[in-house]
Amino acid sequence: MNWRRFRAIFHKEALHIVRDWRSLMMALAVPMLMLILFGYALTRYVDRIPTVIYDQDGSPQSRELVERFRGSRYFSIVERQGDYREIIQRINHSKAILGVVIDKDFAKTVSSNSVARVQLLIDGSDSNTASIAAGYAEALIMAYSAELREQQIVRRGAGKMETPIDVRLRVLYNNELKSKNFIVPGLIAVILMIIAALLTSLTIAREWENGTMEQLLSTPVRPNELLLGKLAAYFLLGMADMAIALALGVGVFHVPLRGSLLLLTFASALYLFGALCWGIFLSAVTRTQLLAYQASLVSSFLPAFILSGFIFSISDMPLIIQQVTRIVPARYFVAVLKGIFLKGVGVSVLWMDLLFLFVYAAIVFMLASRKMRQKMA
Amino acid sequence: MIRLDQVSRRFAAVEAVKGLSLEVKQGEIFGLVGPDGAGKTTTLRMLCGLLDPTSGRVEVAGLDVGRNIDAVKDQIGYMAQKFGLYGDLTVEENLWFYSDLFGIDRAERDRMMTEYLDMTRMTPFRQRQAAKLSGGMKQKLALMCTLLHRPRVLFLDEPTNGVDPLSRRDFWEILYRLAKEGMTILVSTAYLDEAERCDRVGLMHKGRLIRCDTPAALKQALAPRCFRAKAADQRAARALLLKDSRVLGAEPAGAALHVYLREGARPEELPVELEPQAPALEDVFIAVIRQEESHAA
Repeated sequence: MNWRRFRAIFHKEALHIVRDWRSLMMALAVPMLMLILFGYALTRYVDRIPTVIYDQDGSPQSRELVERFRGSRYFSIVERQGDYREIIQRINHSKAILGVVIDKDFAKTVSSNSVARVQLLIDGSDSNTASIAAGYAEALIMAYSAELREQQIVRRGAGKMETPIDVRLRVLYNNELKSKNFIVPGLIAVILMIIAALLTSLTIAREWENGTMEQLLSTPVRPNELLLGKLAAYFLLGMADMAIALALGVGVFHVPLRGSLLLLTFASALYLFGALCWGIFLSAVTRTQLLAYQASLVSSFLPAFILSGFIFSISDMPLIIQQVTRIVPARYFVAVLKGIFLKGVGVSVLWMDLLFLFVYAAIVFMLASRKMRQKMA
Repeated sequence: MIRLDQVSRRFAAVEAVKGLSLEVKQGEIFGLVGPDGAGKTTTLRMLCGLLDPTSGRVEVAGLDVGRNIDAVKDQIGYMAQKFGLYGDLTVEENLWFYSDLFGIDRAERDRMMTEYLDMTRMTPFRQRQAAKLSGGMKQKLALMCTLLHRPRVLFLDEPTNGVDPLSRRDFWEILYRLAKEGMTILVSTAYLDEAERCDRVGLMHKGRLIRCDTPAALKQALAPRCFRAKAADQRAARALLLKDSRVLGAEPAGAALHVYLREGARPEELPVELEPQAPALEDVFIAVIRQEESHAA
């Protein structure tokens, strides 16, 4: 390992990165774009739910309930005087997600002190939105029902009393908040994978395609100097992305960082290193940019997205897929990220995951290093 | 300086180089000539240690390439057919990069760069990105990159492919200068006018070295059997000659029709009137390949 040759490769690679503004923009803009897309898409989408009301009763009590829906920022009433046909039609055309049907005896039943009925029709084709919408609607109706009960008790002369349950929408629907807190750390694993595997997968293949590899092989540069020089340049880029993602996550999305920043940096470095080596390995094997890009997309980016537990919970997967996730490094990194961000736990809890990341990085580095030692054919 | 001893290289079913033996002395410019697929590039790659021979021994600068590859790399410069310049780096950045890889110290590097840039008349383009250079300038830059570490042996694989004639002449001027300073140069080329400029020429065909001598000697050997047809209708004459078993080949060369006879054939016995023609290297090349092909048939 010659320091000067290593530096020459590193410097050259850094120049490539800086001068190719398209890939540089991709490297820096992608994390921001993904964070904003995922951060907002999963949190802000579920308000102003388009709602169709079918009030069969038309009493002051039922109108009051409709007014509540109208007053809530979570709902937006697209039709006040609908019927079943109208509701179904609007849902079919994606003009509405929720239909609220108030029984025609609503007021009567309420005042006779028995249980009145309200029916909710929800578009379940997007199960996530549906369950959140159902939750909001239920909560709103429950709150109203509690008030009605209170009024009845007051009317019967029991005097003013404290509401037994104080319902607050925001507290109840903390689950949306939670998903954001969990999405942002998980995204870091995906973003690092994009930079690492996708960008790096091109570097060696590009040298083969341009004929520069043949030239390099005729110089005294050693395979490991080439490997490490390239790794170092992309490593810095990856860590810069990590910093951007972290800053956005904590600064803009207010994701709590409960654990150690140092441990987070260390774990990211470990994961990034393994991912970079994998990209270089693929690049050296395929020797063409197109093939390398596709191979890395399938073998690293998609598993990081789908099989890491970032979006889809691993425990909900079929058993055989659960076994497959065991060889996906992103799975362990997502576990580490969740642990550090949300639970604030340290090495004593996460050492198994960290150990796996280390072993993975070591194995892939050896594979890449061996592959780099190849000759022309 | 260069020695190949019964070197062969096989790629799956194809034997790209077959039993090649060759020796090149110090300070010599040796041209490797042959049609595409003759095995020139494979030979050069084996000489630079980029490929291992299937059998045989390769020696460069007194070192066995198979065993001392790293030591050999310090002694040689190799310019691949498609030279790896980094298009997004400037002329001087490319030179710096290669000088770092060869571990040349800064003062020496700057001195050499000034000298070479001056020699190739590229000083005004120091800061231009390599991708924006003309074909000829790219080749000169590539050559400079391989020369920075003062190699004792230089390997050039079709260095002037696609370069204009003027730049080609420039390029060869530089090669002559280097050879005069004692550098050994092995160059492969498909241009026969370039082969004429070499001290010695090796003709390769289907993986074999079929002739190896000075251009003058090669031409001399063909001279007694090289003729020009005196005929009004050249096409008819050619058809007639090619049917004759004493004729090795009849090829149009410009406006004339060159005819090569087999050993022992007498020109006056042929159906077309012939007169002697001083052969060019191109004539030698075609005649030799025709002869090889008729042996094989």
